[in-house]
Amino acid sequence: MNIWLQIGMAVTIVLMLVFMYPAAKHWLNNSPKANKGDWKAVFIPLALVVAFVAFLILLVRH
Amino acid sequence: MNTAFEKTVSRSSQQAFATNKVIKNTYLLLSATLVFSGLMAMLSLYLAVPLWTYTASLIVAMLLGMFVLPRTAESSAGLGVIFAITGLMGFGLGAVISLYLQLPNGPQTVALALGGTGIIFLGLSGYALSSRRDFSFMGGFIFAGMMVMMVAVLANLFLQIPAFQLAIAAGFILVMSGFILFQTSQMIHGGETNYIHATYGLYLSIFNIFISLLQILGIFGDD
Repeated sequence: MNIWLQIGMAVTIVLMLVFMYPAAKHWLNNSPKANKGDWKAVFIPLALVVAFVAFLILLVRH
Repeated sequence: MNTAFEKTVSRSSQQAFATNKVIKNTYLLLSATLVFSGLMAMLSLYLAVPLWTYTASLIVAMLLGMFVLPRTAESSAGLGVIFAITGLMGFGLGAVISLYLQLPNGPQTVALALGGTGIIFLGLSGYALSSRRDFSFMGGFIFAGMMVMMVAVLANLFLQIPAFQLAIAAGFILVMSGFILFQTSQMIHGGETNYIHATYGLYLSIFNIFISLLQILGIFGDD
């Protein structure tokens, strides 16, 4: 990659981190507490996504 | 007493109407931006643009997303901006797709990444819409995860370690999948009332999942 594009991308990512920081801070401090079963309702679909990606990897290897 | 009851019913029906309108407009705009993005990708494939176009388009799109979109999202100008962002990202994507198409199993890899992204997005969005669960408790986790991923991308921009790139791609798929659940639930429960912002968030998650899947399948599919 062109060094100037690399530097431009790095500066843009730093800017994005600066822009994202207040939202991240807000959600870290003010996120509602999870109720019983809430995290399970997240982990199951995410585990299915992981399994699906593993399946796609198997497809592409054969 | 009857009037108070009527007011409550009227308020909640208005709220439900507004929520449904945000969801409907978001999915309509998302479909339109995805089609436009696909057309721009085809144009860049046809023009055989060099790979640096991807980075350049991404930088301009990210700057538009940070500085212009927040100022225009409440007006009709926001529609033009969201199409400019997604069009640019699609145009850049064409350069990456053309690179993958030259690999031995390239067309299969691109098709699997495209289909896989569609299935992941539709599955997660459908799950969040049908379960109507409030995933706002994930907010801190999602934003912290995104920031960690951005720092990792920044580091690997200079380190260029392939194994680290693979880990970043896997991490992005997980964080963006969580973000789809979070954003969809925000639309359902009134946390997100602007359909242009909602479309931008969902488009970015779809784009990142597609690019990450392309990298993972490209690495594993190459002998």
